[in-house]
Amino acid sequence: MPTSTKLYGTRLSAWAIAAAIVLTAAFVLAAFYAPIEADQGFSQKIFYVHVPLAIVTLIGFVFGGVSAVQYLRSGDTRHDLRSYTAIHQSLIFCLGALITGSIWAKAAWGQWWVWDEPTLVSFLIVFLLYATYQPLRFSIEDPERQARYAAVFAVVAGAFIPLNFIAVRLADPLIHPRVLSKSGGNLPGDMKLTFYVAIIGMLLLFITLYKYEMTAKHSRAQVRALKRRLGALDQDAPRGRSAAPSVTAS
Amino acid sequence: MSGPGTFAAARAVLAKELLLERRAPQTLVAMALFSGTAYVIFHFALQRDSVSGNLASGVLWVTVLLAALLGVGRLFVADRDEGGLDGFLLAPVDRTALLFAKTLTLFTFLLALEIVAVPLFDILLLGPSPGIGDWGGVLLVLVLADLGIAVVGTLVAAIAVRTRSRDLITSILALPLLIPVVIGASRATAPIFAAAGAGSLPGRWLAVLALYDLIFALLAWALFDFLVED
Repeated sequence: MPTSTKLYGTRLSAWAIAAAIVLTAAFVLAAFYAPIEADQGFSQKIFYVHVPLAIVTLIGFVFGGVSAVQYLRSGDTRHDLRSYTAIHQSLIFCLGALITGSIWAKAAWGQWWVWDEPTLVSFLIVFLLYATYQPLRFSIEDPERQARYAAVFAVVAGAFIPLNFIAVRLADPLIHPRVLSKSGGNLPGDMKLTFYVAIIGMLLLFITLYKYEMTAKHSRAQVRALKRRLGALDQDAPRGRSAAPSVTAS
Repeated sequence: MSGPGTFAAARAVLAKELLLERRAPQTLVAMALFSGTAYVIFHFALQRDSVSGNLASGVLWVTVLLAALLGVGRLFVADRDEGGLDGFLLAPVDRTALLFAKTLTLFTFLLALEIVAVPLFDILLLGPSPGIGDWGGVLLVLVLADLGIAVVGTLVAAIAVRTRSRDLITSILALPLLIPVVIGASRATAPIFAAAGAGSLPGRWLAVLALYDLIFALLAWALFDFLVED
């Protein structure tokens, strides 16, 4: 019997190409089609990178929380792997959102960090919280307990995000005039189109990277299982603890 | 399920916790000493003989928060080391009883700490003291914030006690989760400590604290069973 009949990553290249095309289109639109914003000039263009990054980050964290709930309800470790991978990728996107936000702040207000931009401050807090996800997993040895505790964390952190946004936004005196509502609600049409294309492109990039990580984990497990069947020493086995969920080739 | 009800079980565990702390005071003493030392540190670090307004509010809440972390770090340690958790799991009672008992324990510890730490703050650092009536507002904020700290602290303590690096996990998990409490509580008490005389208590920050307490209480209730499954 073959070790696994399921092939992972078969459509990975299609996702990658789609992400590359849409993101390139978004950046071309941002550079040549979208108008130069009157107040901030060219530096406002980072909006088309920063805000999609932030939105996709939140979608990833929510997906991680939902997968965690599914894991707690079913005990199916595939949900744990989804939750782990989504949070892992979102954390990287979150860092990207923070860095681009910081660059934007420098360009717009001359400072690398402004405390009265509530969304950015909220993202920093959310980043600091989710950054503890990996250390938490790493410090629990038993894989079943690691998955369960990580799922509890993912649910708590998911519920924390909106609460944190409310608290930080209320604390903000709104000194800076808000040129753009970040929801895109009052954007002119050509900016809106560019913005939506950029969000779709960023989402495709997230999905590609997510699937890439899943594929890597599964193929490593499959290689390990095949080596075991050949009687080879399992040299690739993770030694000691790991923050990642253990994948067994099905 | 037979056996004692949830509240009877929670009362029994709470009584045990308070009895332990009364016979061999450990956590509370450490928390109180910490708060006293923190005020001395703030005096020298800020180079101020007295603080008021936002600064006073911040000093008080940083001290309470960090002192609370000491309590959170100790919350389940004795039970794990002495087999109390296993004993509880063998008993035919609802797991939620442990959540109730531990949350109430931490809440009681925090109130007990503040009975010492807040007057000490008034004597050592606080600029113009607010009137007796204004302390009622401070008490209200303290109770709301303590509830939130107790609920989140219990959840974090239950997670951290099963990890290898318990102290590290407690701090790095609890601090970001408690930032909204610090925002709400320090904003709420800042006008009371104002140098120009106590202002009114801002209602929306009480609402934020109450919302935080409610959401995390429900979450803890829903999730706690998964943390004590084995």
